[in-house]
Amino acid sequence: MSEYILCFALFCIGLYCVLRKRNIIKIIIGLGIIEYAVNLFFVLIGYRTHSRAPILAKGQSILNMVDPLPQALVLTSIVIGLAVTALIVAIAIRIYEKYGTFDITKIRRLKG
Amino acid sequence: MELQILLLFMIFAAIVAVQIEDLLSSVIAVGALGLGLSLAFLILKAPDLAITQLVVEILCLIILIRATINKDLPVIRDGRWFFNTASTLLFIILFLIFAYFALQELPRFGQPIMRVAQNYINQGLEKTGATNIVAAIILDFRGYDTLGEATVLFTAVMGVLAVMRRVGRKKSSSMV
Repeated sequence: MSEYILCFALFCIGLYCVLRKRNIIKIIIGLGIIEYAVNLFFVLIGYRTHSRAPILAKGQSILNMVDPLPQALVLTSIVIGLAVTALIVAIAIRIYEKYGTFDITKIRRLKG
Repeated sequence: MELQILLLFMIFAAIVAVQIEDLLSSVIAVGALGLGLSLAFLILKAPDLAITQLVVEILCLIILIRATINKDLPVIRDGRWFFNTASTLLFIILFLIFAYFALQELPRFGQPIMRVAQNYINQGLEKTGATNIVAAIILDFRGYDTLGEATVLFTAVMGVLAVMRRVGRKKSSSMV
C-alpha cells in the first residue's frame, strides 16, 4: 500500500508545480511529473508479487505473470506524452519569441 | 523494498525540479526523475516500458533544453502569495480526499484482478503468434488503440510544424 501513497505524493508535487509556478517551463515540467505519476500508477496496479515479465519462453510453463494490459496502455500513453510535450514546448518557444518572457502574468495581449 | 527507495528518489528529484531556480538544472532534475521511472518499470517487470521510457526521456530532455538554453531569463518570483497558495492547497486536498476513497476500492498491491488479461495470456500465443504478450495486445487485440496513437502523434507533429514554421510568417516588426 505504501507504493500507492508514494505515487500519489509524486502526483501532488506535479499538481503543486502546475498550480503554483508562474514560469511556463516549470508548468510544462509539472505536467510531465503528473504524467509520470499516472503511468507509474497504472503499472503498479498491474503488478503481481513473485511473478515474471509477460514474455513467453520456449519449453517453459509460466505460472505467474504480471498484468500485461496496463503495460500496453501505458506504452501508448508514454509516446503520446512525448508528442504533447513537444507541442507545448513549441508553443512556449513561440510565446518567448513574441513576448520575450516565460512569465505567464506578463503575457497579457489576449486580455484585450 | 527497493521500489520504495526508488520512489523516494523520484520524489526527491521531483521536489528539486520544482523548487530550484535555474531552469537548466530543473530540466536535468526531470531527466533524473524519468530515468528513475525507467528503473522502476524494470523492477515492476515491464521491460518494454523501461526501454520506451528511456528513449522518450532522452528526447524529452533534448526538447526541453532547446527551450531553455540561450535565453536570458530573469528569475520569476511567485506573486499573489496568499491566493495562489490557498487555491493550490484546496486542489491538493480535494485530490487527496478522492484518492483516499479510491484506495479503499483498489485491489491490494501485488494481487491484481486479471479478468481480461488472463484470457490474453492464455490465448495470446495461439491467436497472434507473438511471444511477447504486450506486443500482442498493442498490435493485435487492441490494434485500434495503436491506430489512434499514431493519429495523435501525427496531429502533434503537424501542430509543431505549423507553430514553428518560418515560411509564410509575417515580419516581426508588423506583428508588434
